[in-house]
Amino acid sequence: MSILLNNHVGQRRSKRWIVPLVYIVFLMLPLYWLLMMSFKTNQEILSTFSLWPREFTLQNYITILSDSSWYSGYINSLIYVVMNTVISLAVALPAAYAFSRYRFLGDKHLFFWLLTNRMAPPAVFVLPFFQLYSAFGLIDTHIAVALAHCLFNVPLAVWILEGFMSSVPREIDETAYIDGYSFPRFFTKIFTPLIAPGIGVAAFFCFMFSWVELLIARTLTVTDAKPISAIMTRTVSASGLDWGVLAAAGMLTVIPGALVIYFVRNHIAKGFALGRV
Amino acid sequence: MKSWNNKAWFLVLPVLLLVAFSAIIPLMTVVNYSVQDSFGNNEFYWVGLEWFKEVLESERFHNALMRNLLFSAIILLIEIPLGIAVALAMPRRGWGVSVCLVLMALPLLIPWNVVGTIWQVFARVDIGLLGYSLTQLGFDYNYTQDVVDAWVTLVIMDVWHWTSLVVLLCYSGLVSIPQAYYQAARIDGASRWAVFRYIQLPKMRRVLVIAVLLRFMDSFMIYTEPFVVTGGGPGNSTTFLSIDLVQMAIGQFDLGPAAAMSLIYFLIILVVSWVFYTVMTQQDAEPSSGRGQSS
Repeated sequence: MSILLNNHVGQRRSKRWIVPLVYIVFLMLPLYWLLMMSFKTNQEILSTFSLWPREFTLQNYITILSDSSWYSGYINSLIYVVMNTVISLAVALPAAYAFSRYRFLGDKHLFFWLLTNRMAPPAVFVLPFFQLYSAFGLIDTHIAVALAHCLFNVPLAVWILEGFMSSVPREIDETAYIDGYSFPRFFTKIFTPLIAPGIGVAAFFCFMFSWVELLIARTLTVTDAKPISAIMTRTVSASGLDWGVLAAAGMLTVIPGALVIYFVRNHIAKGFALGRV
Repeated sequence: MKSWNNKAWFLVLPVLLLVAFSAIIPLMTVVNYSVQDSFGNNEFYWVGLEWFKEVLESERFHNALMRNLLFSAIILLIEIPLGIAVALAMPRRGWGVSVCLVLMALPLLIPWNVVGTIWQVFARVDIGLLGYSLTQLGFDYNYTQDVVDAWVTLVIMDVWHWTSLVVLLCYSGLVSIPQAYYQAARIDGASRWAVFRYIQLPKMRRVLVIAVLLRFMDSFMIYTEPFVVTGGGPGNSTTFLSIDLVQMAIGQFDLGPAAAMSLIYFLIILVVSWVFYTVMTQQDAEPSSGRGQSS
């Protein structure tokens, strides 16, 4: 079969790779610039224009990793992102199972309503979130950000998981029940392993959207739970613009994404399509 | 067929409680503010629909809405064709696939304000590669002062940030096309264009709908990236609805108008979401579609 496909596009095959190549170069250029800046001294950034660092320095990274007001930002971000992922998956798994297996009163409306929360502009929720979490005394805690991010991550997780679960034949459930499995045992022993890739993808997307969000995270935190990306914006406006450190901090926020993306590369598109490719 | 079982509600209950806490209660607060005015000291009185009228008639809201619509239109016109083109040219097997997927997905995983920072630096005339090169080539480019330059910068940034989403979706649609379709096209002697028009495009319809609507909605509520790069300027030329809203609510603390604007903004998104959902469920109902409803 592959030979046939290759023959079909064979005439153009030699030049086809140019398009993705040019596109990837376009994607990499700004990242390259950021990486190079992070290895330059501040003086070199401002005084000379060079494509690579003349005086290679790791000082910018040392500054970040030795100053707790910097690196605590990474820890804060990771804490609330992980909390959010765990909460989202814990509540989304049973709900997604219900949507994929049963029809019940108002199921379609409920499913749509969940989607609208994914589409809600975060800017709309900034002020009420601040007041709500103030009332509960949760401002500047990790759990506040984790719960707030559930606004868009829980619907996303339900949609993705529902898509994956619907591709598992219903006969498997029925056979298990006939064999005498109780629902909790069936769910943990048989069903969960079957949709493991789906859980992985859903976890990845919760991680990702919680990691990249700033507006809500910044509003709900003051100092103790401030995410790294908010600490970056603060430094831009104050302390005379330390470009080298800023670039290094930016580079360090790219790394977690780059690491996890490798594991889900084959499923990532399915996740973006909310499990419906 | 799915069986009818109202006990399934118990499985949905945790989600319902959680989302009620993080969506319904805040939304009720917004509704509350949108119909009241305050002189401070937590004294509120009823003003009815005054704020809605004020917002809907204000020049500021119209302009921000127009900018948002224009931005979304430009984004869609560039990103969708570009995404399809890249997806069509991507390798289908071998080590190239993984390399492409990982590298292309990278911009999607960068925190949004870092995306803003990257482009703010990259486009600067004095220390950025893009800005410096353009100036050296003789272009009069400065995104902090010129309206057109600011828009071009934001559009390129968004293309950089989000086109990969379209590529990934289209690619997953393309690889799900069975080889038999191509073989049939070959036997019929179909041209490259005919293969695209009558096999690949219809098979990608499903993912394209998702791509278009996700891109529309996310570009319609863009906040962080333009806020970091241009801060809404020069002047008000890149002040989108979100930026305007946050400025009104947090900056000026005009709770009433901000709340009314939030609801109007949310309503627009809601209508689009409804279209999205209808289209998607209709596709699910079609027997020819990949997933099918019968399972």
